[in-house]
Amino acid sequence: MSSSTKSSKGEPKLPEEDVPDSAVRRRMLKSFGWFAVASVVPIGIYNWIKRSPKAMGTLKPLRDILNTNEAIARTYFSNTHLVRTYPVEEAAPKARTNGYDGLKSPVPEDWKLTIETPDKQPLQLTIDDIKALPKQEIVYEFKCIEGWSQIQHWGGVRLSDFMAHHKLGTHSGNAPNPEATHDLFKYIGLETPDKGYYVGIDMESALHPQTLLAYELNGQPITAPHGAPLRLIIPVKYGVKNLKRIGRLFFADERPRDFWAERGYDYYVGL
Amino acid sequence: MKRIVHKHPLAIRWFHWINFPILFVMIWSGLLIYWAYHPYKIEVGDYTLLTFFPNGFFKFLNIPRRLAEGMAWHFVFMWIFLINGLLYVGYTFISGEWRHLVPDRNSFREAIQVTLYDLGFRKTQPPFIKYNGAQKIAYFSIMLMGIGSVLTGYAIYKPTQFSWLTRLLGGYKAARLEHFALTIGYVLFFFVHVGQVIRAGWHNFQSMVTGVEVVKANEPGQPEVTEPDDDQPVGPFEPTLSPIDSPTRPALS
Repeated sequence: MSSSTKSSKGEPKLPEEDVPDSAVRRRMLKSFGWFAVASVVPIGIYNWIKRSPKAMGTLKPLRDILNTNEAIARTYFSNTHLVRTYPVEEAAPKARTNGYDGLKSPVPEDWKLTIETPDKQPLQLTIDDIKALPKQEIVYEFKCIEGWSQIQHWGGVRLSDFMAHHKLGTHSGNAPNPEATHDLFKYIGLETPDKGYYVGIDMESALHPQTLLAYELNGQPITAPHGAPLRLIIPVKYGVKNLKRIGRLFFADERPRDFWAERGYDYYVGL
Repeated sequence: MKRIVHKHPLAIRWFHWINFPILFVMIWSGLLIYWAYHPYKIEVGDYTLLTFFPNGFFKFLNIPRRLAEGMAWHFVFMWIFLINGLLYVGYTFISGEWRHLVPDRNSFREAIQVTLYDLGFRKTQPPFIKYNGAQKIAYFSIMLMGIGSVLTGYAIYKPTQFSWLTRLLGGYKAARLEHFALTIGYVLFFFVHVGQVIRAGWHNFQSMVTGVEVVKANEPGQPEVTEPDDDQPVGPFEPTLSPIDSPTRPALS
């Protein structure tokens, strides 16, 4: 009954058959019945998501999938995937600032970077201690979670060099070895001196060769709105993780709290 | 007795209808993301022809700035969009349905004739089997656009991990614009598509639900709508012809 002879162009004819009127009617009723039942499913899924409890500022099913996305992203994250860099002339002469959380008071006169490792004495460093290490510069496209981006020119010390020099980020107290993952703490937490802004960063991203503790913008010491005297520049993350005016840096195996993740954003925000 | 034509396999109908709520969520959540930074406009010289989208648009739809929520929905439903799209493309090729869908050299000439017919400059459509040339081009383009949305989406989502892709698409900013332009394309397609479905009539619409289109018994050829008035000659044109168009009936190819 059904014919599927091919037309000259190679497109098959549609199969046809003769059926009683009652069979046609039955088919219509059945199909539209299923259609009606099936269209309840997306409404049900939507309602289920909407009625779920919140988990860190967003609905639990959404949070679970954002965390799953993180797990997937971390499988293909690689320190050899470098952020694209540009010639220094392309950098914006006036880098954009966005957000003043954690910067609402003046820069503390006695600013020091406090570094805490579990079961160890905290380390306190001045900006000169940090500038004593080899300087690294990067011109790359800074990306804000809002969607804008801008080519910016930053200078500072590689976070991985800094950690190697001060033997930080490991349980053993040795310099971090990216191969020996079991020895590394899983996260780095960062906070402004007033604790008004805080982020948590996975260790792989922190050890990325383009991640800097930055103290220069366009060759000049960074200004207060850009996070003087020391900020994080982590090109493999959106701007929200690039903490300005770092006061405290600590290591942990549990995710440190994170300002924007608590407000419903993805914790990882990896690029 | 009635003659039915098996027009849309069950799988195609599922993929089609599942895509509908998914695309709705993707466009809606995409709008929430775009709202956080919405610079796109079409300018001719100094004159702004069209702004995507001015503040009034969001106020009118009562959309608050909910970037976090937009991103969460977008990054969840992107997987469903991707999986549904992969299954659709995979099925189309395995089942041979692609033969109905992929345009050939003829389709472009045919599409012009279909358009002339749609605009009323031509009385009849050229004969076709499942989709006419214009439909083939439109549906195949939409499939390519879906692939484009996934690729531009990944270029924005992971511009470092997939930097080759971001570079290939012209950089981060370009990929974002392309991603946006594709979305505008879907919205335009949606309105034309719905308009054409309304025009084609109930028999055509219901075949996307039931899979079959009813034709007059013993009439060879096209999936063709028989209106209750059985005296109407049946020819290989789209459904919902006005009666005056009917008497001219081109021979089947």
